[in-house]
Amino acid sequence: MTSADVRAGSRWVDNERGVIERDIFVSGEIYARELKQVFGRAWLFVGHQSQIPNPYDFFVSRMGAESVIMTRDRDGKIHVFLNTCRHRGMKVCRYDQGNARVFTCPYHAWSYSVDGNLAGAPGGLAGVPQYKAIYHDELDKSQWGLVPVAKLVNYKGSIWATWDEKAPDFATYLGGMGVYLDAVLDHRDGRPGGSEIIGGIQKWKVPSNWKFGAENFIGDLYHITSHRSVDMVSIGPSGAGRRDAPIVRRQGAKRPPPFASVGFPNEGHGVIGNLPHYEEPDYVPQFTLTPEVEEYYKHIYHARVANLGDSKRTLAAVGTIFPNLSFHGMQPRALFTWHPNGPREMEIWKWYLVDADAPATVKDVLRRYYLRYAGPAGLTEQDDMENWNYATSASAGMEAGRYPYNYQMGLGYEQAAPDLQDAVYTTAVTEQNQRIFYQRWAQFMDAEDGAQLHPARNSNLAGILARRRP
Amino acid sequence: MNTRETAIDALLLQREIEAFYYHEAELLDDRRFEEWLDLLTPDVTYFMPLRRNVKYGAQQRAENSAEGLDAAWFDEGKHTLTQRVAQIKTGIHWAEEPLSRVRHLVTNVQIAGNATGAGGVRELEVKSRFMVYRNRVDDETDIFVGERTDRLRKSDNGWKVAGRVILLDQSTLLAKNLTVFF
Repeated sequence: MTSADVRAGSRWVDNERGVIERDIFVSGEIYARELKQVFGRAWLFVGHQSQIPNPYDFFVSRMGAESVIMTRDRDGKIHVFLNTCRHRGMKVCRYDQGNARVFTCPYHAWSYSVDGNLAGAPGGLAGVPQYKAIYHDELDKSQWGLVPVAKLVNYKGSIWATWDEKAPDFATYLGGMGVYLDAVLDHRDGRPGGSEIIGGIQKWKVPSNWKFGAENFIGDLYHITSHRSVDMVSIGPSGAGRRDAPIVRRQGAKRPPPFASVGFPNEGHGVIGNLPHYEEPDYVPQFTLTPEVEEYYKHIYHARVANLGDSKRTLAAVGTIFPNLSFHGMQPRALFTWHPNGPREMEIWKWYLVDADAPATVKDVLRRYYLRYAGPAGLTEQDDMENWNYATSASAGMEAGRYPYNYQMGLGYEQAAPDLQDAVYTTAVTEQNQRIFYQRWAQFMDAEDGAQLHPARNSNLAGILARRRP
Repeated sequence: MNTRETAIDALLLQREIEAFYYHEAELLDDRRFEEWLDLLTPDVTYFMPLRRNVKYGAQQRAENSAEGLDAAWFDEGKHTLTQRVAQIKTGIHWAEEPLSRVRHLVTNVQIAGNATGAGGVRELEVKSRFMVYRNRVDDETDIFVGERTDRLRKSDNGWKVAGRVILLDQSTLLAKNLTVFF
């Protein structure tokens, strides 16, 4: 492969035929370009405001392959800085979380002020040992502060940032996907942003390319067969019953629209969820073995009916916001990032969510269900890591590399989604969303200038609909 | 009892507990998982917190995620542990199919507390160190090192584990998944 090849992202992704070259999951050259083209320009999830509730609280996170510090200043404003000293590169913070007004580099003690007190700007260089004696008062401290992100947003408590000045505002970047992210972040009773993070972020390394996680969660319902063992042992939300038990509604009950794969081709996001609807489906008990939790959800249901009235709503089961934030929208409710760690390794970070004001017993039952379901010890997700691990390693061979992966499921059967901004949908089991993800990925890989990525309107949606089979 | 008898009793107890752990390791390494489950009391608590990097002085408060409150690697009881065993036995739990080769080395066994619990049942608090080696498929190898703090309860047919807190000495988990028992 030559360097010229690597600049043609679209060469690897052929959505007309529904095939994708294996190189994008194993090649070091493609990976290096991804860091710059994708992670250097996309909006990335950094953390949640509930992790840093007080002034000067901080949480160390990642954006792509790099360490960043998310911190809150004296006035409650949130900042995100690259976690590296401007003098000789040492990480200025090697704690996972804590509270600090100043980050002092362990190497030569350059110190940076969260507020920018005595340093002009937030993250500014405030202290340089022997500044007068050895720098002769000449070092321009205003130019050597911690590197801030170009843009940052607090979206219903979730914190996102980008390194690209030219990135569109976050709402534009989300596009029509916003209603599904809302379904994850909002309180179950419909109040905006009423969720919080359960203390402790699971972090683990997996010998797999990061895109395996992103594409699995954007809409791979087909792999449910891989999880048959967990359904045979029944780890349902209440402690028993099948994880995938169909929700049984009585005759004549109000039902939500069926699950569909919903994709946003212009932005590269996708979800498996319900299409928008305007009336709450009838209540279905799911926690019958734990009466207190059942009581809570019944109560929440009535509050939701009252709060939402006849306004628009959706439910999101799983989804991915391009490039590497995925979520479980229902149970086990969580946000997770697939951090790139080299072409054949990723680091997964998982944030579990609950309604902030739920009673302690409800939080406890949910937390236990989340932990037995999800993460590296979760009965369900253990098998995912095995699949992604060996899919990556078996794709690295010379001979294997000649044979692309197949993404033809549902190709040509996409329809314009009603009531959503620039969206398509098909039945839930399809590879529509994976194709959408990789088309967007190829555009990021190809675009020499970030501004090219965000025309007033791109033609991804129109292209898919034009290929629709009659 | 004189001092010598007390010392001998302590030695015998130490030996008895070590033998219990060796037996437990044998069951796990021989993949006799259901027999291993029999070594756990019905009300066993099995907890492995997340470990965090925190500033000196904050370890007590913040280094480990809190049992019964925070996210963890494991925070469960016998019901879920039994389901884990049942899942392995389906033969289609791909994370353990084919089975991993696992060895448990248990050492530094220290009896830290000796109490009589509810109903006059004797309970011991025992700390130990472990090294768990996992090798699977071709060259995949994980080494888990840490500490266990157990609550052992005396029953009619020997000691049982009534509580186990497992401190794994990793912050970011270096294994892709946790399919072994500790």
